[in-house]
Amino acid sequence: MSINTDMPVRVAAVTEVAERVKRFRLESLDGAPLPFFSGGAHVVVSMQDDGRLRRNPYSLMSSPHDPSGYEISVLRVEQSRGGSAFMHEHVKAGDRLVISQPVNLFPIDHRGRKHILLAGGIGITPFIAMMEQLSREGRAFELHYAVRTRTHGAYWKNLQERYGAHRVKIYCDAESLFIPTATLLEFQPLGTHLYVCGPGGMIDGVLNQARQAGWPEQNLHCERFLAPPPGKPFRIVLQRSQKEIAVEEHQSILEAVEAAGIDAPFLCRGGACGQCETAIASLDGVLEHNDHYLSEAEKAAGRKLMICVSRFKGPELVLDL
Amino acid sequence: MADSAIKSRPIYKGLHINAHARRHLFALEGEGALALTGQAESQGAQFLAKAEVLYVAHGSQPRAHEGSLQKLAPRTFWQAPTIPTLLTRVRATLSTATMGTQLYIAGTEGFIGQVMQVALELGIDPNSIATEHRGSLARRVQCVHCKGITENVTASPCTCSHCGLALLVRDHYSRRIGAFQGVNIDAEAPGTAPSPQELFP
Repeated sequence: MSINTDMPVRVAAVTEVAERVKRFRLESLDGAPLPFFSGGAHVVVSMQDDGRLRRNPYSLMSSPHDPSGYEISVLRVEQSRGGSAFMHEHVKAGDRLVISQPVNLFPIDHRGRKHILLAGGIGITPFIAMMEQLSREGRAFELHYAVRTRTHGAYWKNLQERYGAHRVKIYCDAESLFIPTATLLEFQPLGTHLYVCGPGGMIDGVLNQARQAGWPEQNLHCERFLAPPPGKPFRIVLQRSQKEIAVEEHQSILEAVEAAGIDAPFLCRGGACGQCETAIASLDGVLEHNDHYLSEAEKAAGRKLMICVSRFKGPELVLDL
Repeated sequence: MADSAIKSRPIYKGLHINAHARRHLFALEGEGALALTGQAESQGAQFLAKAEVLYVAHGSQPRAHEGSLQKLAPRTFWQAPTIPTLLTRVRATLSTATMGTQLYIAGTEGFIGQVMQVALELGIDPNSIATEHRGSLARRVQCVHCKGITENVTASPCTCSHCGLALLVRDHYSRRIGAFQGVNIDAEAPGTAPSPQELFP
């Protein structure tokens, strides 16, 4: 079972940063310092939306050395499942929220000689905290940040002022400027690490190019927060809890399990970390594996499922929960 | 290379040519030369145009593997007189190399460990380095008491070449030091160490 790490926090400020992007500052209720974290960490924010529990992961973007509060940035997603819309429409300064302790699935590899950060859109957030840490530690880094338009891109101006235009490069779709990935990959000193966070297509493209250029897996890092994809509703049986529950169109199995009052382990809620791996007791139907954790062989074997993002089609699925 | 319950005991997975690498750097010692000639036979000679081979004969001098390496006609072939000379060249090469350079190391464990040490200093992840154990099983051993390193240890217990203690050679390995750990075996009753067994011929 997951350890309950929830912490109540107060929303200290809400700031409009760019088109469809809001920044939230969270502080502890009694003003006590929050736990320290490392650049790349995220928290899971729990929202009570009209009797419905929503939990979304957001990267921490404030300075890892400043425990007086955490800052997250939320992009209002066009086809929001509800989380980002709730944060944008309902959460005001002074409100209370519940967040998890910080978890880092996207850490800096401190053995590296140089760190290249590639951000697409809202994928900038983990890098803001990472750069604070890298610059304080005096490490070599550079940021390549792709934005749709200069008004959509959050924080690029501040970052350029703070770290210099030689270390923070902006590429704007509207100006037909794109990250020159091939050139970037070609001339980096041995021991360079590459980190990419952004839309799925960008991550896949960059990683693929890097592998083709002879970069080893160990030097490639990415973070993708998959929103659980919607799909046709289905029913599942939870063997240990002896319950049969329905999974709605816009609900993940994990969310349905939580709504039924059962505590299931999770960390990233985005198909990346493997924490919510659940054994399948029996199966009659087709699994839709949407995660990035299981290997192709494991997915084909059909013995386990990442319940945060994966779905199912068919008459019967019994989970060991 | 026996299986060991000790997790730090290195496992050498063998040289496999990384088809995507833009530059191949081989650090070879003695019988380690055969790991490369084997790859050239099975993988074809194409990668050799982008390959630099740094070789030290060390214990295998009489077998003259440098001849077969030169016959492969890599882009560069260089033979070092001693391991420290080769390490200096590896350091110089790696410090100016770019990503896309694949490092391969083959030879005895002591040699692999020392080249790995250089690579680690330069921030290269050990899991991204291809290694193959060839030749003697002799170990490089660090005495945990005086910290002195004894090369080419083939038996356990061995005598520390620095402080003279009788050392049990463990599977416990330090990547940072590039050596196995040697621990005094007769501390309670000096002089009662069992007779050495040739475990690493």
